[in-house]
Amino acid sequence: MWQFFHKLGSPKWFFGIANRLMPWLMWGGVVLLFAGLIWGLAFAPKDYLQGNSYRIIFIHVPSAFLAQSVYIMMAVAAVVTLVWRMKLADVFVKAAAPVGAVLTFLALFTGAVWGKPTWGTWWIWDARLTSMLILLFLYFGVIALGAAISDEKSSARAVAVLVLVGVVNIPIIKYSVEWWNTLHQPATFKLTEKPAMPMEMWVPLLLSVLGLYLIFGWFACLRMQTEILVRERRTRWVKALVQAEES
Amino acid sequence: MAFDSLTAFVVMEGHGPYVWTCYGVFFLLLGALVFWSLHQRRQVMAAQRRELSRTGRDQSSTSRPVATASFSRVNDSQD
Repeated sequence: MWQFFHKLGSPKWFFGIANRLMPWLMWGGVVLLFAGLIWGLAFAPKDYLQGNSYRIIFIHVPSAFLAQSVYIMMAVAAVVTLVWRMKLADVFVKAAAPVGAVLTFLALFTGAVWGKPTWGTWWIWDARLTSMLILLFLYFGVIALGAAISDEKSSARAVAVLVLVGVVNIPIIKYSVEWWNTLHQPATFKLTEKPAMPMEMWVPLLLSVLGLYLIFGWFACLRMQTEILVRERRTRWVKALVQAEES
Repeated sequence: MAFDSLTAFVVMEGHGPYVWTCYGVFFLLLGALVFWSLHQRRQVMAAQRRELSRTGRDQSSTSRPVATASFSRVNDSQD
């Protein structure tokens, strides 16, 4: 167990694992995502209330779901950074933040475009939408703070604290549709109940969520590798790697 | 198939523009993120390679016995 933990902290070991994982993550993700999206776009039945505009759900929900779960993963990594000073955890936070920001933006954008034909407005300052906007700003804050501090250790610690402070926003996003009276419909997926949608709708949705998860995994591996290459550039194994790729 | 024809699929009973805008932006942004991440990776590799070849050259030049300051005895007469 402890040996595994130590290995996990080793950038060199991670680099090799990531190399092996990345093709599976990318192709698995692309296949699942496309299966889900094509199913959702062309074959799933029309929503009796919202008509065809509801087909946006197949990208809106995966983006929003990932946007939040990436933040939760970053928060876990932030705890690891603060408690065990594991470098790889900070590498993950820095690598994942831009991906999380893009996903949050996508959730907001697709939500706005979906809102126009459904609610009759692009934007409203209601609880769910506003808390998602705050999540986007939190991601921006994490990226900016990480870039502003050049010292690796203080940057890691400052970013970890910011991520952990921001994590309070996640339950607010989650329960906003229950605590406040909002335009947004309630959660699509619930762990404790059977989904309210018919099977032909939620199976493609589940596929695209899983696909986007895998694609996020690919992004995380690639971007962590890049970050490791920069940080470990003075080590022998990175030099050997650079030379090997040259020839 | 939930649609009768390709036209019906594209138009989506008037909701087409909304749906296709979303899907377009989704793939555009994710594609850009893929491109940017790969580009960053290549740039880092290229920078490392440049640095490595520069320091490598330094090392090879310093490893020549004549050019380096060493503690070996100077055999040639200095004057």
